Amino acid sequence: MKKIYFDNAATTQVDEKVIKEIQPYFDEKYGNASSAHEIGKQAKHAMEKARKTIAKSINAKRDEIIFTSGGTESNNFALKGLFFANYPEKNHIITTKIEHDCILRTCEWLEKQGVKVTYLDVDKEGFINLEDLKKTITDKTILVTIIHGNNEIGTIQDLESIGKICKEKNILFHTDACQSFTKVNLNVKKMNLDLVTLNAHKIHGPKGVGALYLRRNTKIVPLAHGGGHERNLRSGTENIPGIVGFAKSVDIANSKDVKKIAEMRDKIIENLLKIPNVTLNGPKENRLCNNINVSFNNIEGEAVGGYLENEGICTSTGSACASNTLKSSHVLKAIGLESLQSNSSIRVSISKYTTDEEIEYFLEKIKKIIEKLRKISPLVG
Amino acid sequence: MDYSKELLKHFTNPKYVKKIKNPDGVGEVGNVACGDIMHLEIKVEKNKIKDIGFRTFGCAAAIASSDVVCDLAKGKTIKQAEKITKDEIIKKLKKMPPIKVHCSILGIKTLKKAIKDYKKRDGK
Repeated sequence: MKKIYFDNAATTQVDEKVIKEIQPYFDEKYGNASSAHEIGKQAKHAMEKARKTIAKSINAKRDEIIFTSGGTESNNFALKGLFFANYPEKNHIITTKIEHDCILRTCEWLEKQGVKVTYLDVDKEGFINLEDLKKTITDKTILVTIIHGNNEIGTIQDLESIGKICKEKNILFHTDACQSFTKVNLNVKKMNLDLVTLNAHKIHGPKGVGALYLRRNTKIVPLAHGGGHERNLRSGTENIPGIVGFAKSVDIANSKDVKKIAEMRDKIIENLLKIPNVTLNGPKENRLCNNINVSFNNIEGEAVGGYLENEGICTSTGSACASNTLKSSHVLKAIGLESLQSNSSIRVSISKYTTDEEIEYFLEKIKKIIEKLRKISPLVG
Repeated sequence: MDYSKELLKHFTNPKYVKKIKNPDGVGEVGNVACGDIMHLEIKVEKNKIKDIGFRTFGCAAAIASSDVVCDLAKGKTIKQAEKITKDEIIKKLKKMPPIKVHCSILGIKTLKKAIKDYKKRDGK
């Protein structure tokens, strides 16, 4: 059976142009960027070219990009690195209730080290309240870290307004832009960002590579010590094939694709909402172009996902049943969903490879699945 | 989730999804662990479970467990049905991811509740 991949917020298919770009760095240009000889210099050159591409895409300077192993490492580095550089003079971090686990678990660890963390509430569409943010900043605040595009419900925060507040108060500002990168305009100057987490595998690049944008002259302590790579901030031989592929994936991303994907998203949402008793989670405006998240109410999300998979369609759910801890999504809880609603949610995340035929097939199947599962549910009739 | 073929069969094509006309016993149990709800109805004749039907709000494992518990209970005497264990359900489903074992327990609890309700109605 042909698979329809609607889980692009989890990861994406690597673009064949990216694969082609990476290939020579395994068997021809396989050098270590730290080596003085020609093969080493080749690798170094490719890495610096990639760094420039990525820096340019967010209006940063080349030396402000530090390559990492991906989003989780960049987020850990940003938070822990700033903690080590500022604690105990400063001891406060501001974040939100809808961050990715790698921010939340890091914050919990920092709390154990003595940091106070404020978790900002969000409204029913997932947006933070700027007044709340202003009120919580103190002279002990190390940084504000707020996710740009939410991975579950697609909410895109107003980074420009948040950045303004952070600048006024002279507080460092970090965003996790793993989901939004190349989908939403990201301008570190305009948004007054000091640190940004980026990664490759959500944008048709390879897994295991990402970056942290770090504004010049920002004090941070490295997590990995060793050979002094990445300006002494992240030791370890650079993943040249990954870095080259990362840059290529940034290079080929374009606004035409974003527009096409957003139109498909709107079509899917519109049709899903035609099914009785289906509700949209997350906003209609300021939403990631590839994100759809709905609750079917009265039927369970993992079961919906299971029936969809039976038809060859891959999706994901915020239901407790699908999690390793039997807890439903913290994001859906933060936007005010009761557990019955969050347990009946599914996330559909599309990509530039999604076709109209796939959407038609999905919409046809999902209607039948909902009908069948509602017959099985004791909560209906 | 690492489900067996057998489990997926019961999940995608459950045989016992139905409401029983004038049931002799009804059981409904909510699972505190994950929010699943199982509803089970039995028709008893000559102390035997003559007909049985379920409706479940829950995941693949919960729906499959519901279907199997009905299959195991149908035709059995009340006394035999009371002795069905979660392990019998898991055995029928070939295997069960450890995190989903509570779904089979839900099936047993709901069946027992329906039998209890039957006994109460029957004055036993």
